[in-house]
Amino acid sequence: MAPISGELLELQARIQGYADEYGLNYSPQVFELIDYEQMCEIAAYGGFPVRYPHWRYGMEYDHLVKSHTYGLSKIYELVINTDPCYAYLLEGNSFADQKLVMCHVYGHNDFFKNNRYFGPTDRRMIDVMANNAARVRRYMDRHGVGEVESFIDVCLSIDNLIDPWAPFREPPKAVAATEGEDEQHRLRNVRGYLEDYINPPDFIAKQRQRAQAEKEASKRKVPQRPERDVLGFLMQHAPLEAWEADVLGIIREEAYYFLPQMQTKIMNEGWASFWHSKLMTERALDDSEVIDYADACAGVMSMAPGQLNPYKIGIELFRDLERRWDTGRFGAAWDDCDDLQAKESWDLQLGKGREKIFEVRRLYNDVTFIDEFFTLDFCREQKFFTFNENRRSGRLEIETREFDSIKQKLLGMLTNFGQPFIYVVDANHLNRGELLLGHRHEGEDLKVDYARDTLRNLERIWRRPASILTVVDDKPKRIRYDGSEVTISDEPATFKL
Amino acid sequence: MISRIDKDHSRFREIVRGKIRQNLRKYISRGDMMSRKGKDTVSIPMPQIDIPRFTLGGKGKSGVGQGEGEPGDPIDGGQPQPGQPGPGEAGQGEGDKSLEVEVTLEELAAILGEELGLPRIEPKGSDALDTKKDRYVSLRTTGPESLRSFKATFKRALRRQVASGTYVPGRPIIVPVREDRRYRSWRTEPRPQSNAVIIYMMDVSGSMGDEQKEIVRIESFWIDTWLRSQYQGLESRYIIHDATARQVEREVFFRTRESGGTMISSAYKVCAELIEKEFSPEAWNIYAFHFSDGDNWSVDDTSSCISLLRNVLLPACNQFGYGQVESPYGSGQFIKDVRGAFGADEKLVTSEITSKDDIMDSIKEFLRGGR
Repeated sequence: MAPISGELLELQARIQGYADEYGLNYSPQVFELIDYEQMCEIAAYGGFPVRYPHWRYGMEYDHLVKSHTYGLSKIYELVINTDPCYAYLLEGNSFADQKLVMCHVYGHNDFFKNNRYFGPTDRRMIDVMANNAARVRRYMDRHGVGEVESFIDVCLSIDNLIDPWAPFREPPKAVAATEGEDEQHRLRNVRGYLEDYINPPDFIAKQRQRAQAEKEASKRKVPQRPERDVLGFLMQHAPLEAWEADVLGIIREEAYYFLPQMQTKIMNEGWASFWHSKLMTERALDDSEVIDYADACAGVMSMAPGQLNPYKIGIELFRDLERRWDTGRFGAAWDDCDDLQAKESWDLQLGKGREKIFEVRRLYNDVTFIDEFFTLDFCREQKFFTFNENRRSGRLEIETREFDSIKQKLLGMLTNFGQPFIYVVDANHLNRGELLLGHRHEGEDLKVDYARDTLRNLERIWRRPASILTVVDDKPKRIRYDGSEVTISDEPATFKL
Repeated sequence: MISRIDKDHSRFREIVRGKIRQNLRKYISRGDMMSRKGKDTVSIPMPQIDIPRFTLGGKGKSGVGQGEGEPGDPIDGGQPQPGQPGPGEAGQGEGDKSLEVEVTLEELAAILGEELGLPRIEPKGSDALDTKKDRYVSLRTTGPESLRSFKATFKRALRRQVASGTYVPGRPIIVPVREDRRYRSWRTEPRPQSNAVIIYMMDVSGSMGDEQKEIVRIESFWIDTWLRSQYQGLESRYIIHDATARQVEREVFFRTRESGGTMISSAYKVCAELIEKEFSPEAWNIYAFHFSDGDNWSVDDTSSCISLLRNVLLPACNQFGYGQVESPYGSGQFIKDVRGAFGADEKLVTSEITSKDDIMDSIKEFLRGGR
């Protein structure tokens, strides 16, 4: 691994100049030149040179190297969210490819630095990961590789149970007792003499008592409110050895670090692609490289049937946005206009497009981005459709081109990254110290076999039986693992917040 | 220095090995393993090794796409691929993500050995016999052009030009002439080797059905795999018999189906001749395996079998294995006779195989002696 030099370094300086010219605001950028095996290694480690030892990286590496050997895939570029921002170039790529990659990387860099959702991430993550790795290695030396590794397996099994909004929430403050709490059981009474009739004293007293009891109970209840950060909760409350708590903390820390990348996949890739396209076609590209560039670009943007390409949908949305705000095709006047002809030639010469897309890249994430800017016109223009598997033939078929269902589906896929919403409901369930989780059902069931194995792992951490409330085939169910067997039983009601 | 990823990779390989071990019985009883055999490797399909998480099940595949087409048009191109689970079948999600793991035969043999607790085999006559092997290690001045060593040729040319003063350092052009040419050449090296031969005998009389042959085929594949890992250059010979016996090619061995009576002694005679002619017991480790449904033609023939075994075959072989495959037609008498005659002789191993699931135990019975 070596920092770039010579021609490539000159190229970087040139491209950085173009990026400045267009107003990209980036962290210092470092490129390193590596060969393919190193690329696979770093990609397997999620972009970092050092991670704690674990077999799944080996599996990922195996997969990457094989699919490269058989010519199925190729990693062009790798860039990580750090300050300075590190990116890796593949040795042996053509000069035109390196150019493209550099432009693309400056787009990512700008996005990492400015997008709101990346705000809370630690920009010195390379060091943090290396420290974590060193600690895990030390635990392995002390407690044995097998033991630590199997505990990591257990932790990874729940590493998706974190609260995406936790990084933005202020630490909870003690809530002062609200005044007039007493009054909330009383009906409003405008005529004084009816008071005893409208609010019978013994009824009020009963209500007050009940409220008091509830309050007391909730004070003792852990957690007081259903808690989404299951990992964090377990760290604080599970009976773990010091090293186990630390390993769990490491997994949680790294899960939170990678979270914004999942939250902004479409925007991030769209933004980087938007800028590589702009920088390349308007500045960096030489005449001789046009074909190579077009070829590479088409490869990145191609949409395999049945797969959503975040690069494609992202870049098109940013382009659409720029166009709309340049021509003023937004706001009430535009929405209310029914005259097709007027709409077609609509141009208010606002020129606000650039400003708008920079604002959007700062404030939005994938869900809000699609929710606000995925319009009917855009949907038609880009020929979106939803598809379904035909049960009879086993083939994927186009289902509909109806805007509402497309958008619904798209948002459904993005919300919580297509993961279930899971909460810690009670840490002392049945007053037996059992762990109770709740799955907020949004129409799709949990995979039961996976849920079983995950419960086993939860039991390993909690050291008491673990259950989850969920819905299977429209019926409320509870899946429970008591340390020896998994049972599924009926529940009176579904879990709700 | 071993890079970090190599460590993780070897951990992953270990886990895969563990999975293969766990499911070895399943893999062994399934015949498709041999068809997946490459030159030195076997690729084994196994379910993706996954970390369980709470995930959404999903009822069939669905999503959002982009492109041309009317509602109802298929978007995945050609026909659904064969081998994929049919629609509506359970466990579809996992079926898709199967992992093809390539394992070398050597590794597979090691796994088999570990799992069955097979002892390593002590070869006999290991240095009694040398084999010769050609290795390309030297150079000579004549030879075919295809073996010309460019490096050596240019070195010679350079040396000649420097000596004759025609070499100009500023303009280093080297032109080899005929005398400069050097060709790679071999030296024959003796290599001590322990030699082993497996002689497979199979009853192909009418009572041996396809399933019985499949069992024999699978079992001999695994015995072969194990013994090959123990000996370099293992030889194998195949004998089939009904009322008469003959030596055949491997392919024929597994395919033929005759329909005659059964005289097991005929096969033993051919085997004895083969040993006498080709494989002297002093120099060779001889393993003989005989598979039959245990239905012999006459009591006389059985007694001549037993005398052949006692006088010729057992003294010559490291081990003689008799596997009796259960078949709906056979009486299964032979194994009882053999056991009755030899009882506790270590060199003779008998095993009854009722179904594919017994193959593994049977292999273990055959190979645990470590002879």
